[in-house]
Amino acid sequence: MDSPLLQLDHVGKEFYGNRVLKDISFSIGPGEIIGLVGENGAGKSTLLNILFGMPVISSTGGYEGNILLDGKHVQFSSPNQALAAGIGMVHQEFSLIPGFTATENILLNRENLNGSIMNYIFSERVSTLDREAMHSRASAALHTLGVGISPDMVVSEMPVGYKQFIEIAREIDRKNTRLLFLDEPTAVLAESEAEILLTALKRLARSGIAIVFISHRLSEVKTLCSRVLVLRDGRLITDVPAESLTTREIASLMVGRESERREAPQEIPDEPVETENADETLTLKKGGKKKKPKPALKVEHLWVDMPGETVRDVSFEVKKGEIFGIGGLAGHGKLGIPNGIMGLYPAGGKVRLFGKTLTLNKPRAALGRKMAFVSEDRRGVGLLLDEPIDWNITFTAMQTQGRFLFGIPYIFQLRNEYAMSKEAQKFIDSLAIKCTGPHQKAGELSGGNQQKVCLAKAFTLRPNILLICEPTRGIDIGAKSLVLNTLKNYNRENGTTIIITSSELEELRSVCDRVAIVDEGRIAGILPASSPAEDFGMLMMGQTHSEEGEQSA
Amino acid sequence: MITRFIDKAGWPRIIIALFLLALFIAAPFVGVRVDTSLSNTLVRFGMNGVMVLAMIPMVQAGCGLNFGLPLGIIAGLLGATLSIEFNAEIMTRLVELAGQYKITWLTQEFVDNWRAAIGFGSAIVIAVPIAAVLGWFYGKLLNRVKGDEMMIATYVGFSSVSFMCIAWLLMPYKHPAMVWGYAGHGLRTTISVEGYWLHVLNDSLAVNINEHLKIPTGMLIFFAVMAVLVWVFMRTKTGTAMTAAGSNPEFARASGVNVDHMRTISVMLSTVLGAIGILVYQQSFGFIQLYMGPFYMALPAVASILLGGASVNKAGILNVIVGTFLFQGILTMTPSVINSYLQTDMSEVIRLIVSNGMILYALTRKVRG
Repeated sequence: MDSPLLQLDHVGKEFYGNRVLKDISFSIGPGEIIGLVGENGAGKSTLLNILFGMPVISSTGGYEGNILLDGKHVQFSSPNQALAAGIGMVHQEFSLIPGFTATENILLNRENLNGSIMNYIFSERVSTLDREAMHSRASAALHTLGVGISPDMVVSEMPVGYKQFIEIAREIDRKNTRLLFLDEPTAVLAESEAEILLTALKRLARSGIAIVFISHRLSEVKTLCSRVLVLRDGRLITDVPAESLTTREIASLMVGRESERREAPQEIPDEPVETENADETLTLKKGGKKKKPKPALKVEHLWVDMPGETVRDVSFEVKKGEIFGIGGLAGHGKLGIPNGIMGLYPAGGKVRLFGKTLTLNKPRAALGRKMAFVSEDRRGVGLLLDEPIDWNITFTAMQTQGRFLFGIPYIFQLRNEYAMSKEAQKFIDSLAIKCTGPHQKAGELSGGNQQKVCLAKAFTLRPNILLICEPTRGIDIGAKSLVLNTLKNYNRENGTTIIITSSELEELRSVCDRVAIVDEGRIAGILPASSPAEDFGMLMMGQTHSEEGEQSA
Repeated sequence: MITRFIDKAGWPRIIIALFLLALFIAAPFVGVRVDTSLSNTLVRFGMNGVMVLAMIPMVQAGCGLNFGLPLGIIAGLLGATLSIEFNAEIMTRLVELAGQYKITWLTQEFVDNWRAAIGFGSAIVIAVPIAAVLGWFYGKLLNRVKGDEMMIATYVGFSSVSFMCIAWLLMPYKHPAMVWGYAGHGLRTTISVEGYWLHVLNDSLAVNINEHLKIPTGMLIFFAVMAVLVWVFMRTKTGTAMTAAGSNPEFARASGVNVDHMRTISVMLSTVLGAIGILVYQQSFGFIQLYMGPFYMALPAVASILLGGASVNKAGILNVIVGTFLFQGILTMTPSVINSYLQTDMSEVIRLIVSNGMILYALTRKVRG
C-alpha cells in the first residue's frame, strides 16, 4: 500500500465548456478493490475514458491533471497503450464473438502460434494455432476465476453469466494486467452468478491485481470493496473505507443532499405551487381512503418487452389530475412503462383507463382513448424530421381524431393546410418555438424547440392523460425550465393527468406530486415528491425493503 | 438570387438542362429541325409521363423507387391484349346494355365513331383491377423485406417478365391479329394497335402548328389529369398518412397509422399507374410489346424522376414533370443531333450513361433517417 499502483492527481475534464469532471484525486494500491459509484451522468464513464485513453478524450482537448502509474507520469492516447501498460477493462456490453469457443474468445489476437517455414516467407500471420497450449492457457485463466466453464464451449451457447466470466478471463490472461476496471459487471447476472463473480474477484485481488468495481448495486460494493469512491456531478464526494458507510449513506451521498439548494434559483417562482400541489396530493390521498375515486390510470402486472428497458412486473395507480413521475436508473425499465402502455412495444398485463380496460399493443387504441405520448426518442419516434412543423403538430390529431381535414368524412377528405398552419402558429407563439414559421422542417430546429414541437403535438390531441418520456433530455437549461413549466401549467389549467418519465430525479421531484422508482423492471417504491432525496437514492439502488414502510405510511 | 435558384434546382438538373439547351441550339447547324425535335420531345414526354408518375406513391410511402414497374406494365399488357381479343364483343355488349338501360345517346353509331376510345377505355378498365391485385401481393412481399425494397422490387419485375414469357405463349388467345400466324396460338412479340386505339390520345385535340410541330394535347391533358389525381390523393388523409409512414415509420406507428397497410396501398397505386402508363405509351408508340418488352421499362422511369430532383424517399409532381421532360428531351435530341454531328450511332450509349448515371447518383445520395 505504500507505493500506489495508480494515482490520479487533480484530474478534470471539460466537454465544449461543459465541465463533467473536476479535481479527481485518488490512488489504488496493488490487490486493492475499490468501488466507484455515482448516478448516471456523474462522470464515471468520462473517468474511465480518460484512464483508458479513449480517442474521444484527446479529440475534445485532452484532460487536466496528472495520472501516475507506478509513480511514473503516463498519458494514454489510445486504448492499446493502456492495455500495454497493464490496464484491463470489462465493459457492460459484451464484446465476444458468439460463434467462437471460450478459448478462442479469451485468446483472440494473442493466440499461441506454431512456427513454420512460411513465417519466413510471409509473416506470423500465416502460422497455424497451437490449440493445446491455447486450451491450457484458457483453462488456467478460467481456473483463476474459480468457475467451471469448459474452454471448448461456444460462447453463443453460454448463459449470460458465463459470458461475463469469459470477458474477465480475457483480461487476466494478459500477463501484465495489474489493474482491472469492471463497469457494472453484475448488471446482467443473477444473484447466484453475481456471488460467484464477487468471490472470483476477491481471489483475483489476492493475486495482486487491483480492481475498480463500478456498480449500482450498493450491497455488492459494500461486501466486495475495501474503499468506496462516490462521484457526483463530476466531483469526488467521498473516498472512505467501505465499512464506515451504510448503503443508505452511500445512496444519499450519490443523490446529494444539497441538490435542492442547487436547483432552488430556477424553481423559486414555482415554490408556492409546489406546496399547493403537495397539499392537493394529501387531500387526494385522504379522500382516496374514504371514497375510493376511480384512478385515471391503473396498471396491474404490466410487462413490456422493450429492448434495453424491459419491464417485468409493474403495478401502480395514477390519480386524476396528478403529475406522476417515474424515475430510476437507465436500463431498468422506466421507459418501457409508457412505451408499453402506448402499445409501441409488445406488452402484457392489465391497464385500466378511468376504470375501462385498455387494449394493449395497439397505438391506435391508446390514442383513441385520448392518451397522448411524447417519446424519449425525439428524432427517431417523436418527429417527422423531413416534414414541416405544422405536419408534426397536427398529424396525429388528423389521423386519430379526423381533425384538420375538410370534405366528406370517410369518403373524401383533404388535409386542411390552413387549419394546420394556424394550429402550429398558435403553439409557436404560446411555447415560443424558435423557427422561421410553421412550414420550417422539424429537423432544422434545435433540440429544445424540437421538444416543444413534440409537446405541441401531444397538446393538440387534447389528451386526458399525457405520457412524457425524458422531457428535458438533450436540451439546454433555459429550455428545460420552460418545458417543465409548460407541463406544470398545462396540468393546472386543464386538469390533465401527466405521467413523466425521467432519469433526472431532481427534475421529477420538482414537478411531480408522487414519484415511482423503477428498479430492474419492477417498482421499487412510490414516494411523495417531498420525501428526502436519500430515500429515492435507496430505492434506485435496489433497496426495496423500505418499500412496505413507505407505502403503508 | 442565382445561387438560390441553383440551390433549389440542384446542379444535376442545371447541367442536364444546359446540355439539352445546347443540343437545341446546335440542332439547326447539323441539319436537324428544332420544331420536329420539340414535337418529338413532347410526344415522348406524354408517352412516359404516367409511368414516371407511378414512382411517386411508393417513394412517398418509403418503399423506394418502383423497380418492379414491369409488374404494373404486365397488367397493362393484359388489359390491352384482352381488350383487343374481346373488342368486337365489348362493342356489341355495350350497345346491348345501352338498349337494356335505355341510354339513348349510346347507339351503334356512337360506338362506331368512338371505337378507338372505347377500346382504349376498356383496356384501362380491364388492366386496373389486375394491377390492383398484383400490386396487393407485391406490396405484401415488400412489407417483408423492409430496407431492401428496391433490390427485391427489381427481381419482382424481372421474374414477372420471365413468367409472363411463358404465359403469353400458353394463354388461349384466339384473335388473328395477335396470335402467331403459323401456329394459331400464342401471342406475337409485337402487336399493332392500329385499327384499335393508335394515337387515340395523341390525335384528340391535337394542335398542328406547322407540318413539323404538332402538340399532342389529348395525351398531355390525360397526363395532367393523372398528375392532378395523384396530387389530390397525396393530400387526402390516407395520402398524408402514407407520406408520414415513408418519412418516419416509427412516428407514423406511434400516431396510430398502420404502416404496412399504407405501404401496400402505395404499391397497389404505383402498379395501377404503371398499367395505365404503358397503355398511354402504346397508343402513341403503336405497338404492344410483349415478352421481354417490359424488362427494362422501369429504368427510364426511375431515371426520369431522379433526374427531376426526387430522392429515394421524397418525390413530387414537379419532379416528375421536370425529370420526364429533361430525360426524354435528352433521349430525343442526342440521337438526332450527336449522330448527325459524329456520323455514328451514339444514342444508345448516351441513353445508358444518362439513365444509369442518374440512378447511381441518386442512390449514393440516399439519406437514411
